[in-house]
Amino acid sequence: MSARRAPGAQDAAGPVRRRGGLERAEARAGLAFLSPTLLVVLAVIVLPVLWTVVMAFQDIRLVTLATSGLVGEATLDNVREVLTSDGFWGALGTTLTYSVLGTASAVGLGLAGALALRRGFRGRGLVRGALLLPYVAPVVAATFVWGVMLNPQLGIVNHWGTTLLGWDEPIAFLSQRTSDVSVLGATVPVPTALLTVVAFEMWRSFPFALLFLTARLEAVPGVLEEAALVDGATPTQRFRHVLLPQLLPTIGVLALLRFIWTFTSFDEIYLLTGGGAGTEVLSVRVFDYLVSRGDVGAASAQALVLALVLVVLVAVYLRTGHHEEEEQ
Amino acid sequence: MTATRAVAASPVEAPRGSRGRWSRDRVETRVLGVLRWVVVLGLLLFTLFPFAYMVLLSFRDLSSLAADPGRLLPTGDELTLSTYRDVLAPESAGGQGFITFIRNSGVVALLTVAVSLALALPGAYAVSRLRFRGRRQVSVLFLAVYLFPSILLAVPLFIGFTRLGLRGELAGLVLVYVAQTVAVSIYMLRNYFLTVPASVEEAAAMDGAGRLGVLRHVSLPLAVPAIAANGLFVFMIAWNEFLFALLFLVEDRPRWTVSLGLSQLAGSFEVPTTVLMAGSVVLTLPVVLLFFGSERLLRGGLTAGAEKG
Repeated sequence: MSARRAPGAQDAAGPVRRRGGLERAEARAGLAFLSPTLLVVLAVIVLPVLWTVVMAFQDIRLVTLATSGLVGEATLDNVREVLTSDGFWGALGTTLTYSVLGTASAVGLGLAGALALRRGFRGRGLVRGALLLPYVAPVVAATFVWGVMLNPQLGIVNHWGTTLLGWDEPIAFLSQRTSDVSVLGATVPVPTALLTVVAFEMWRSFPFALLFLTARLEAVPGVLEEAALVDGATPTQRFRHVLLPQLLPTIGVLALLRFIWTFTSFDEIYLLTGGGAGTEVLSVRVFDYLVSRGDVGAASAQALVLALVLVVLVAVYLRTGHHEEEEQ
Repeated sequence: MTATRAVAASPVEAPRGSRGRWSRDRVETRVLGVLRWVVVLGLLLFTLFPFAYMVLLSFRDLSSLAADPGRLLPTGDELTLSTYRDVLAPESAGGQGFITFIRNSGVVALLTVAVSLALALPGAYAVSRLRFRGRRQVSVLFLAVYLFPSILLAVPLFIGFTRLGLRGELAGLVLVYVAQTVAVSIYMLRNYFLTVPASVEEAAAMDGAGRLGVLRHVSLPLAVPAIAANGLFVFMIAWNEFLFALLFLVEDRPRWTVSLGLSQLAGSFEVPTTVLMAGSVVLTLPVVLLFFGSERLLRGGLTAGAEKG
């Protein structure tokens, strides 16, 4: 930019060129400061992801790993195997159910908590801190404690259920696919284990929503509600017509983030049920293909399918969100 | 500060209208006033009960739990510390060897913090202060890395590290954790650097300090609270991580982290449940302590002084 100076601008060229030199030095320093980070991210995240795409179209197994080359003949077998295998579509449905219910319940509970904690009281800071604990606690410890709590023999939930709530027999929350619950005389099968992992997901992630929404609530200008109050709006009306419109964009971003993470989460379900009893999600299938079957190609293909479904869902979500904004 | 603002933001007093005693407004205010406390107490119970259960069970024998699973509080004579002794003691002494797992987790987490900060500090400075081509793209890349699900990295990293012979090494795990945390570190620290006025740094530069000198003597000391908070955050992520510890270290018991050790022993029927509860406490306690420590640290950070000064 500064190089294309007219020859007549000699006097001005001096300082300008010096600034150009500074800019270049700044650019060099910026890249130098960033290059170690970029190198690590490139080597451990970007390249491996690209490599997954390559492996998804190759016949690689753990046992032949040492002898096979880096890039072999391309094949569609893995993708075909993944898409036509038993349980793929079921797992996709389970993943969707799990992520939608987990996201909605976590965001809903977080919103309720943020609203309830809005007005100050003594010890509110401590309560807010305590409510964040499930989110920071190690997932292995949390799942273990839940597993014991819900255990049919030793667990406190089943003990209280059978002694206080009059359950006929203990419920195997984490290993029972469905249980029949009678609603208004009709017997409805309820996916026990799936709802239990959703409840765990809600317990573990609502603090994130609480944190997010608390910050947003504190930024809502007080005058808006005061104006509504003067106009005679009741508390629920003020929430519905003043607060909620202010919160909606935040709730949208929050739901998107939670959905992405829940859709791909592995630890929680693997540790709680191992993917059994109707809780097999796609991420657990990736792990099983890799570790139990040693089929690297199929594991890569499954991971690729997981990522593609996620990308499509997020794209659709962003699209619809955009339209809503335009309409308003 | 927040309390006064919240009070101002949600006025309670209804306008004195001509409506009767049971106006919708009064009923709603009453009901919501009660509901608020129901929600707060319900959430506290829901959130904290599993932690209380964990701690209370960790001080009991399995036999006492099996005899009376419904009782939460241990009686005086069954209160025991043998669960902690069992879980911590090395395998050679008949324990579960958690003391080794703690060392492994500690080494991995501390190394991750050190390397992640060493990379993120100059990186965050560059992203917040220096203008160069591709700065925006770099920020987008880091956001993508932050959102990126670990399970998608499981296959290539498992295979790649096996081939490189790094699988089974704690150093390999550190490398993965650094790659996963450095992006969010840069993001957090960048936000902090943006709040430090550039004029402070320019003044130092005028006095003849070079770019590294400015970073070292001016920007870094100002950022100490943010660096500490970020370090704690990274430590918690590395300490808690499960998937890659499982993929990389599962065959080699002496290298297990606490998370991995607990998950593996929880699957076996030989270790009593209450001993593993003690293991859960050992795994959870450092994180909880750090969390409450860092909350205070964040609140007492430099920002208050900077605003007033």
